[in-house]
Amino acid sequence: MVSTILIVLVSLIFGGIIIRTKSILSGRKGPGMFQPMHDIIRLFRKGSVYSYTSSFITQIAPLVYFSSVVIATLFIPFGQQKGVFSFQGDFILFAYLLTVGKFMMIVAALDSGSSFEGMGASREVLFSALIEPAFFITMGSFTLLSGKISLAEIFANVHYNSHLSYFIGFLAAIILMLIAMVENSRMPVDDPKTHLELTMIHEVMILDYSGFDLGLILYTTYLKFAMYGALIANFFIGQLPLVQSIAVFLGIQVLFAIMIGIIESFMARFRMNHNPQYILILSSLSLLIFLGILMFLGKII
Amino acid sequence: MNKYFLKIKNNQAVPVPSIPVYDYEVFYSYCYGLLQNKKRYHCVNYFGYRIESDITLIMVIADDGEQCLYVAASRIPNNTRLKSFAGSLSAMEKFEREIHEQFGIEFTDHPWLKPVRHSSSSLNSYVFFSSDSEELHEVGVGPIHAGIIEPGHFRFICNGEQILSLEIQLGYQHRGIESLMVNKNNILQRTLLAENIAGDTTVGHTTAFANLWESLEGYNTPYDLHFCRTLAQEIERIAMHTADLSALCADVAYQLGNAVFGRLRTPIINFFQEWSGNRFAKGLIRPGKVLYPFSDTLAQRLLKVLDDFETDFVEMGEQLFSLPSALSRFEKTGTLDSNTALRCGFVGMVARTCNLSRDIRHSHPYNLYGKTLSHEPIMLNSGDVFARAFLRYKEVIQSIEYLRILVNYLPNKFTKQSSLSGMASKNTLVVSLVEGWRGEICHCAITDHQGKVIVYKIKDPSFHNWKALELAVRNNEISDFPICNKSFNLSYCGHDL
Repeated sequence: MVSTILIVLVSLIFGGIIIRTKSILSGRKGPGMFQPMHDIIRLFRKGSVYSYTSSFITQIAPLVYFSSVVIATLFIPFGQQKGVFSFQGDFILFAYLLTVGKFMMIVAALDSGSSFEGMGASREVLFSALIEPAFFITMGSFTLLSGKISLAEIFANVHYNSHLSYFIGFLAAIILMLIAMVENSRMPVDDPKTHLELTMIHEVMILDYSGFDLGLILYTTYLKFAMYGALIANFFIGQLPLVQSIAVFLGIQVLFAIMIGIIESFMARFRMNHNPQYILILSSLSLLIFLGILMFLGKII
Repeated sequence: MNKYFLKIKNNQAVPVPSIPVYDYEVFYSYCYGLLQNKKRYHCVNYFGYRIESDITLIMVIADDGEQCLYVAASRIPNNTRLKSFAGSLSAMEKFEREIHEQFGIEFTDHPWLKPVRHSSSSLNSYVFFSSDSEELHEVGVGPIHAGIIEPGHFRFICNGEQILSLEIQLGYQHRGIESLMVNKNNILQRTLLAENIAGDTTVGHTTAFANLWESLEGYNTPYDLHFCRTLAQEIERIAMHTADLSALCADVAYQLGNAVFGRLRTPIINFFQEWSGNRFAKGLIRPGKVLYPFSDTLAQRLLKVLDDFETDFVEMGEQLFSLPSALSRFEKTGTLDSNTALRCGFVGMVARTCNLSRDIRHSHPYNLYGKTLSHEPIMLNSGDVFARAFLRYKEVIQSIEYLRILVNYLPNKFTKQSSLSGMASKNTLVVSLVEGWRGEICHCAITDHQGKVIVYKIKDPSFHNWKALELAVRNNEISDFPICNKSFNLSYCGHDL
C-alpha cells in the first residue's frame, strides 16, 4: 500500500522534474514543476473528439491502458512490505498487464484509420517485442538469486553482502531505467517533443486523441515512470527502516527523473534503424546480470 | 553558339527589339547547344508572355565562366505543339510545365506536364503517381501539418520504412504575385509585394527588385544603396542559416543545439530591428533611397553583436559537428551526387554541397560583390544532410568576415530622397540575379512601348530545388524525411508565388 501511495505522489511531479532539468540545462527559464499536471488537469476538463472512421476500441483504449498500469502498480512491493497483490509468479502477470495496456493502444492506433498511426503502431510493436527479453532475463536472474518467484519476496531477499551483488544491483537499476525510457517512448529511441509525424513512435499513435482521453494517456506515462522508478528503488531499499526507505525511494525517483532530463538534453536521438540494435544491447546487459548471479551462486566456475 | 544570343550583364537594361527572335526549331537548337554544357551554362529563367494571340518565349541562360547572361526569344502562335527541352534536359522540366500551365502549350516529349501551381486545374482532379503493388503502401502528409510549416502535400510510396518515391505537390500558397507586380503602378506597392514573396528572404527578394527597378529606370545606383543591400543580405544569411541549424538540431532531438542556435539567431535579427525597426528587415530596402542610414554607431554595435555571436556560434558548432549521436543522423542521410545536381540544375546551397559551383555572388556579381568583397564560394562534396548543415556553419563564418570588411567602407552620405520617377524605360528588358541565402533569385521585367511593365517574372531558388528533396529522400527511411526536408528548408510561398 505504501508503495502505491508513494508512486502516485511521485507521478504527479515526475514530468515536472524532467522538464525543469531540461530547461535549466538549456539555459531557459522554462515552465514550473507542476506544469505537466496542470496541463493534464486542463485536458481532464475537456471533452473528446472521435474520428468517424474509429470504433469503440478508440474510446475504451485509454481507459484500459490507464487501468492496466494502475493494477500493475498494485503489485509493486516496498522494501519488506508487500504490494497490494502478491502471489507466486506475480512478476509475469505484472509484465503482461503492461503489455495488455500497450496492446490496446496499438489496436486503437490501427482503429483510427490514419496512415501515420499504423506506422507508429508497427514501430511500437517491434520495439516492445525486442525489449521483453531484457525485462524477463533481469527479473528471472533475481528469482534465481533469491530463490523466490513473487516480486515482494524477490526484493525482500535481495541482500547485498558482497561487492559483486552491489554491482549486480546497480546494473539492474540501469537496465530498468533504460527499459523505462524505451517503454515510455523517451530519448534516445523516441522523442516526446517532436512535431514531425513521420519520426514519431508513441506520439503518432495518440495523435487522434483529445481532451479527457489524451489527459489519461499522458498521466499514465508519468505513472509508468514512477512505477519503474519504484522497481529501481526496491533494489536499494532492502531492509532499511520505513522512514529511511521513504527518503531513499524519493531520492532515487528524483535522481531517475534528473537522469532522463540530462540524457534528453545532451544527445541526439537515434536513427530509426539503430533502435533495434540499441534495444538488443539491453538484453545482452541483462545476460551479464544472469552470468553474474550464476557466478555468485557458484553454479559456474 | 553564343553569337546567336544577346549578351547582357546582371542588372543591365537592354531594349527588347535587340533580343534576337528565332523560329522555335532554330531557337531550340541554339538554346540546346548552350545548355548541353551543363557545367558552364544553366537556364536562370524561361518564360512566356502573350502579345495579342501570339506567345513570346524568352530564354535567359547564365554563363558562369564569362559572368554574363545570354538572351534569346521565339514567337509562337497560340495552341501549338512544341518539342520539349525536358525530353533531354531534366533541368528544364518545371519551366515547361509552367509555360504549359499558363498558356496551354503542349510539349510533345515532356515526361509529365503536371500542374505547378493549380492556377488552372483543381486539386480534386489531380492524379498522383501511384503503385498497384500489394506490398507497397502510400503515405500522404499535408497540406495541413502538425507544426508551423507552410502548406504542401507530400505523397510517399514506401516499402515498410523505406521511401521508394516521393511526389511533392505545391501551389496552396499561390497569391498571383507576378500579375500583381504588373498591375500595381506604384514603386512602393511593388516593393511591398517583393518583400512578401518569401517572408524568410525579405532582403534577397527586395534587393533583386530594387536592383532591377533602378536599372529599368536607367538610374545610376549610388554607393550607399549598394552598401546597405550587401550588408543586409549577409546579415539575413547569418540569421537564416543559424535558425536552420537550430531547427536541424530540433529535428534530431538535440536539445542543446536547438536552444543555443535558437538563442543566437535573436541578436542578429534584433540588430535588424535596431537598424530598421523590423526584425525581418521589412522596410529596410527601397529602390532609389535609404530610409535607414547605417551610421557609425550602428557599425560599432554590429561589430559588438558579431563578436559576441561568433564565440558562442563557433563553440556550439564544434560541439554539434563532433557529437557522435548527431553525426550518425546527419551523415549519409538524404544524399545527392554531383551528377544529379548538374543534370537537374540545382542552385545555391544545394548545388554547393554537391561540389557544383553555383553562386551568383561569384559568377554574376552585383552590388558590392566582386568589388569590395571578392567572394569565393564554399564547396562541399558529400551532398548529404551533414554537408548542408556544415555548409551553413561555414557560410555564417564567411558572412561574419564579410560584414567586418564592409564596416570599414561606410558611405559618407546617404541618399534619403529618391529621384526615381516611377516610370520605367520603354521597351526594356532587365534580368536581376541575387544570391539569397537559399540560392539564386531571379527577377525579370519587360516593359512595353509606353514604359508599362507587361511581364514580371520571379524565380525563387526553391523552384529548382524542390526536385532535389524528392530525389534525396529516395531509399532513405521515412523517419528521416523531416530532417532531409529541414536540411533543404525550401520555400513554399516563394515557389507558389
